[in-house]
Amino acid sequence: MNNSTLTLGAVAYDPKVVTIWDGFQRWFRAHELDFDYVLYTSYERQVAGHFRGEFTVAWNSPLAWLQTERVAARLGRAARAVAMRDTDQDLTSVVVVRADSPVTSIEQLRGRTVAVGAADSPQATLLPLDHLAAAGLVPEVDFAVRRFDLLVGKHGDHVGGERDAAYALATGAVDAACLIDGNHLSFSRDGTLPPGATRVLAQTAPYDHCCFTALAGDDDALVERFAALLLGQRHADPAVRPLMDLEGLREWRPGRTSGFAPLARAVARFGTIDAFVEELVAGHARP
Amino acid sequence: MTGGARVALGDLGLDEGAVVALKHALRGKQPGDTLAVEGSHPALAVHLRAWCRARGDAVSFPAGSDAAAVITVGASHEDRWRDAARAGHADPMIEGAIDAHPPRAWGLAARGAAVEAGSPAFDFALVDRDAAWSDEAPRLYAQAAAAQWDPATAIPWGAEFALDGAVEDAVVQVMTYLVENETAALMVPARFAATIHPHFREVMQLLAIQAADEARHIEVFSRRMRLRRDAPGLSTAGGQASLKTLVDASDFAEASFLLSVLGEGSFLSLLWFLHAEGPDEVTREVARRAAQDEARHVAFGLAHLASHARHDPTLRERLGAAIERRHAGLQHTAGLNDEVHDALVLLAAGSMAPAALRSGTERVQRLVGEMDTGRRLRLRRLGYSDDEARALSALHTRNFM
Ligand SMILES: [Fe+2]
Ligand SMILES: [Fe+2]
Repeated sequence: MNNSTLTLGAVAYDPKVVTIWDGFQRWFRAHELDFDYVLYTSYERQVAGHFRGEFTVAWNSPLAWLQTERVAARLGRAARAVAMRDTDQDLTSVVVVRADSPVTSIEQLRGRTVAVGAADSPQATLLPLDHLAAAGLVPEVDFAVRRFDLLVGKHGDHVGGERDAAYALATGAVDAACLIDGNHLSFSRDGTLPPGATRVLAQTAPYDHCCFTALAGDDDALVERFAALLLGQRHADPAVRPLMDLEGLREWRPGRTSGFAPLARAVARFGTIDAFVEELVAGHARP
Repeated sequence: MTGGARVALGDLGLDEGAVVALKHALRGKQPGDTLAVEGSHPALAVHLRAWCRARGDAVSFPAGSDAAAVITVGASHEDRWRDAARAGHADPMIEGAIDAHPPRAWGLAARGAAVEAGSPAFDFALVDRDAAWSDEAPRLYAQAAAAQWDPATAIPWGAEFALDGAVEDAVVQVMTYLVENETAALMVPARFAATIHPHFREVMQLLAIQAADEARHIEVFSRRMRLRRDAPGLSTAGGQASLKTLVDASDFAEASFLLSVLGEGSFLSLLWFLHAEGPDEVTREVARRAAQDEARHVAFGLAHLASHARHDPTLRERLGAAIERRHAGLQHTAGLNDEVHDALVLLAAGSMAPAALRSGTERVQRLVGEMDTGRRLRLRRLGYSDDEARALSALHTRNFM
């Protein structure tokens, strides 16, 4: 890679992604870091691109972090979580039912239908289904799963799947729906779910969400400079505040990987990323 | 740490308005301060956790406490407002309330509001207090707002009258002329109302209500025009050339000077003339109503130019040059068209009788003299000498406006 430009990989889950990274590009360049970015249509393409050296730092979903970490380990490399948003830490997901539902325990979901988001959404599918599985209810066996597979490959970044799941709950098409805690609040506030019309049945343990990911040995000094600049961004600074507002954070935090353990357990249970990891490793193993 | 801060939500949910109470309780707190939250809504903990995360605050749920949760204010609390600036002061009479050069990024904010740093800069053209502001504006606006009238009821549209056909035609021609002049008088303040920095709120409002006054004048003159005739009269190239120089004027001071002080000043005489000489009650009344409004327009033009001239000693010279330029540009046009002049004579005469026409002609000549006297008086009030006032008034457009 060109070792004077820091190139970021990001997934285009929404048109605002261009606004965000164009803005970051202006801001980083004003702070003497030559910053550029490439966009991918899916996290799988992005992870593959990372190992082909198409960019230095990935803006990864938690699932893409696990994919990267797993492939890196198999290839004898080390992946590192460089930084994350304050709002990426300690999220929870909830399983909600209608307020008048007879269901008052996870066990009572047996034989019923649960709405989830995209198949690859950690927050709206994998983590809540793992939570139910850990409580003894096997998805697709003990209860039916109704997927709202909007934009697979985006790992649930697009909120549409969750909104559709919530709507299915509100209209009575399903018995329960899986959402991020914050979306349960915002859907109740914006009327997607009538206020007071739903009840939280279960809540997952806290988990972490997106992180900037780097591979050790790829322009390490440049990555350090990138991380230092990010961590120095302040919400008080009007030049960067609009970008922080768009990305939905108040401050950047150093990356940590402890918060990915719940998702690691879920993908181990469901085998979500095994085939992808094998395929990518095999591609790199070829002479 | 402001120990003891508590908020009691009862069974109110964050999706039902509890966020309003929470934000209120957190206002003015410092990073590290805590707020104890009491509440019994079933989703309180789930929602508080999400809400605090998004705000950058921490929340804990201490066991064995009477509070359901404790919020610890985050490091970036209220950082959005840290560099917010007060956009002057709402009361224009307070010393320093009106900024000399209000930043364009104060934008549309109410004067005196706290404006978030990083707000977008607007392309306002009029941003200097010396050029834009007048201390008279608040009073004149209040006066204008109180003096609004309804064209439907203020004019005795049903009054009975029967004019000689030629006199009616003369009235229609005068109304035709008035409408195009009033249209220029509407467009000019409307344009500046849209480009002035809203920090000069009362001036913006005054320009807007002035445009509304002109809209009403257009309305009543058009209606009188059509009272007895199907079509308006003639519009001349010379008259429009004169008005075009007003509509094209891009400088606020020059435009106010040419339009309000000289043009509307002359019109004031014309409208009082029509009120006195009008052959029917409707013509006399529309002229009187319009004249009352015009008096305010002239007063504002004078007040704001006098204040501008106090701050800018070169202004008088610049405005004088503007009259000369306009005169040079218009000297090859006809000025007031014959049709309007003749119509004024006939309107004042009331008939084609020779004695009446003689009297009408004398009265129109007297009107032109009164207009000149009025212009010189106003020019003197702006600080021009007698000689300058006489010379400049003589250069004013023959179209009156
Ligand atoms: Fe008027
Ligand atoms: Fe006027």
